[in-house]
Amino acid sequence: MAEFKQADSMYEWFDQRLGIDKFVKVMMTEYWIPKNINFLWAMGVLLTVMFTLLVVSGIFLLMYYKPDINMAFDSVNYTIMQEVAYGWLFRHIHAVGASVVFLIIYIHMFTGIYYGSYKRGREMIWISGMLLFMLFSAEGFSGYMLPWGQMSYWAAYVITEIFGGIPLIGGDLVVWIRGNFYVADATLTRFFMLHVLLIPLAILGAIVFHFYALRFPHVNNEAGEFFDFDEEAEKYLAGDKKNSKVVPFWPVFLSKDFFVLGFFLLFFFYLVFFHYGFAMDPINFDKADGLKTPSHIYPEWYFLWSYEVLRGWFFEIAGISGKSLGLMAFGFANIIFLLLPWLDRSPMVKPANQRPYFKYWFWLMIADLMVLTEFGKLPPTGPNAWVGFGASLVFLILFIALPFITKAEAKKVGGK
Amino acid sequence: MKELKILAVIAALVGITYYGIEPYAHSVMHPEVSAADFTFKDAKNVDTSLAGNVENGKVLVEANCIACHAIEKAGHPALMPNADAAASYGVVPPDLSHAGRIYDKNYLANFIFDPVSAMHLSHKYPVGGTKAFPMPSYNWMTPQEIMDVVSYLQSVAPKVTEDKEGHKATFEAACGRCHSMAYAKFDATTPKDSIKAYMGATPPDLSQYIKSRGEHYLHSFINDPQVLLKNTSMPRVGLNEKAQEEVIAYMEEIGDSKKAERESLGLWVMLYTFVFAILAYLWKRKIWSEVH
Ligand code: HEC
Ligand code: HEC
Ligand code: HEM
Repeated sequence: MAEFKQADSMYEWFDQRLGIDKFVKVMMTEYWIPKNINFLWAMGVLLTVMFTLLVVSGIFLLMYYKPDINMAFDSVNYTIMQEVAYGWLFRHIHAVGASVVFLIIYIHMFTGIYYGSYKRGREMIWISGMLLFMLFSAEGFSGYMLPWGQMSYWAAYVITEIFGGIPLIGGDLVVWIRGNFYVADATLTRFFMLHVLLIPLAILGAIVFHFYALRFPHVNNEAGEFFDFDEEAEKYLAGDKKNSKVVPFWPVFLSKDFFVLGFFLLFFFYLVFFHYGFAMDPINFDKADGLKTPSHIYPEWYFLWSYEVLRGWFFEIAGISGKSLGLMAFGFANIIFLLLPWLDRSPMVKPANQRPYFKYWFWLMIADLMVLTEFGKLPPTGPNAWVGFGASLVFLILFIALPFITKAEAKKVGGK
Repeated sequence: MKELKILAVIAALVGITYYGIEPYAHSVMHPEVSAADFTFKDAKNVDTSLAGNVENGKVLVEANCIACHAIEKAGHPALMPNADAAASYGVVPPDLSHAGRIYDKNYLANFIFDPVSAMHLSHKYPVGGTKAFPMPSYNWMTPQEIMDVVSYLQSVAPKVTEDKEGHKATFEAACGRCHSMAYAKFDATTPKDSIKAYMGATPPDLSQYIKSRGEHYLHSFINDPQVLLKNTSMPRVGLNEKAQEEVIAYMEEIGDSKKAERESLGLWVMLYTFVFAILAYLWKRKIWSEVH
């Protein structure tokens, strides 16, 4: 063991044992971020704050929530919403937070795609991010079941039913997931466990991994420029702050994030107190009733696009049923973003609008996702079904075409 | 400047998507229905311009109505316990103390004349059908006599306060024979099994209906359930506009009891956050002035 000399202050005492000085440098004051970034680079910090809010509000809810099909609904809507002091506040923060966190996740993801931050060394950042997206999806889905309202029940019913389409094991798989032949008490208690324990733990792990994956390739910047971080850091430390291309995480980068966070929270709290219907669907204030199918069943808004990719295939093609085709398209949609770093064959790391072909692809993809989201909510009847089919098809074509488009782009720009 | 442009693009994309999946999608799934009619103009069997005679009304009510209905405020208690009344009539006949106050005059007169058509229940009790509505039609009374009954009911109805207590009285008089309100610890006067057999559907507990249906829906639905739920067995109850508003207010007081707290706290939290945002902006300006 190293020799420890008598500490002169409490700070020093801790520093000897925990290396606080070093730690703060590595994590904060000498963790370098490019200077040339805009507010879209604050989304990650917003997400961290949102996750913290969800955990804290979730812990308060957990003190009164009862995971039992006979008690869940009233424990949420009566005990938490009306009896516990400020219980309603925690529920509103939790439910609205769970919805808004997806808005920020999508902005974060599409920022990454727009600026090409998923390739040329940043593949692991992208993969860990997609892992977080999947975990949050599972967290959102399992949480939505807990209040045991009509939409909790029927969305759970419809989504678990999807797995029934998998060949051979489908039927058994559905029973295995539900813990019963239908959505029942066993389903609620296991999703409760997933929601409050296993998935949050996995999310914590994935967040740490995501941050770690950022360390070596470093954060991208608005111009997609590659430069030597050590050289720029030296400039900064030597006092040439104005000409250095980097700034430290603390206080410079975070000061900007706090400013963005402030205005974001203003918007968030407006939603929490005055405009929460989009996140707390009215239908879910009817208690779950397995004998009474609601006239319109739809998942939370953030699942609508992939739900519509599934639903778009409503007729048989070449002897394969619409249901199977939809399931295949759905599977495709759920893994394809993960493969993006390898589908983009162009070496260009530039904002999409400066890339000759990719820009069309990017904006078409955004438009298609918006159409899918919209029609995922509308009843799939008449022309709606065909728009859904068209948009679902366009989605597949876009991703199948991406390697070819980007290959052509690579040729055009000559490897730049 | 550039950042404002980015913000504008994001706001536009999010705004369009939001409009599509919320206001627009809901307007497609729940089309607008015709406005509530508080004059009940389709009911016109009785000439309601006639002035009623309270004394004569009292005689008629005591001879015809109190065999089934209690009128506590006029000193007529229920003749049998609720369970027995439910067994006899299918549903417990409501106490008529508040009838003159909560029902629209035109509706009430026409209801006494012919309950089934006033309640819009002809699909359930067709003329010449096997099922009979438990309350007889008083179409043998003259319009004058019916208006006498109405006047008497109006004269005995107590005034209620403009608060939760008053709203509760209206709710229980108008809906309480069928619907429970668990979050107010109120059980429907008719026992659960009897009411299901009588109505063919269980009247739902209304504790959270202010949230699941919303004021707008309730406003049309209570006025005439057939408009939104074709062929439902829930009757048109015939409340006047004021009584209906009291019922909806009560549903909100029970179902969304923290509304006032939420709205006032909301303003404070937003004010606090705004101050934080401004301070954060000033700090950011200071820090970044050193690096730009
Ligand atoms: C044979 C028993 C019986 C008699 C007699 C009777 N009623 Fe009724 N009345 C009922 C029952 C049962 C109901 C509830 C019916 C239902 O909700 O389906 C009812 C309901 C009512 C209602 C509520 C209407 C609404 O819109 O909710 C009023 C008002 C009323 N009766 C007035 C009268 C008056 C006035 C008389 C005397 C002229 C009378 N009743 C005589 C059994 C009776
Ligand atoms: C005579 C019994 C009866 C009375 C009185 C009655 N209801 Fe109902 N109500 C029902 C029944 C039965 C249903 C279920 C209808 C169905 O599912 O078709 C129902 C359903 C409802 C619904 C749910 C509608 C929906 O969209 O599913 C609401 C809201 C409602 N009633 C409100 C009221 C209010 C408010 C009152 C008093 C002003 C009232 N009801 C009086 C029997 C009654
Ligand atoms: C450790 C962290 C968390 C805990 C302890 C927790 C706990 C809970 C509890 C007890 C409920 C039931 C009460 C209610 O419905 O309001 C709930 C609901 C819910 N949770 Fe979480 N949660 C956590 C994180 C998250 C996260 C990260 C998400 C985001 C995607 C999320 C999404 C939801 C949703 C959508 C509901 C349903 C809300 C509603 O309809 O009111 N939760 N959570």
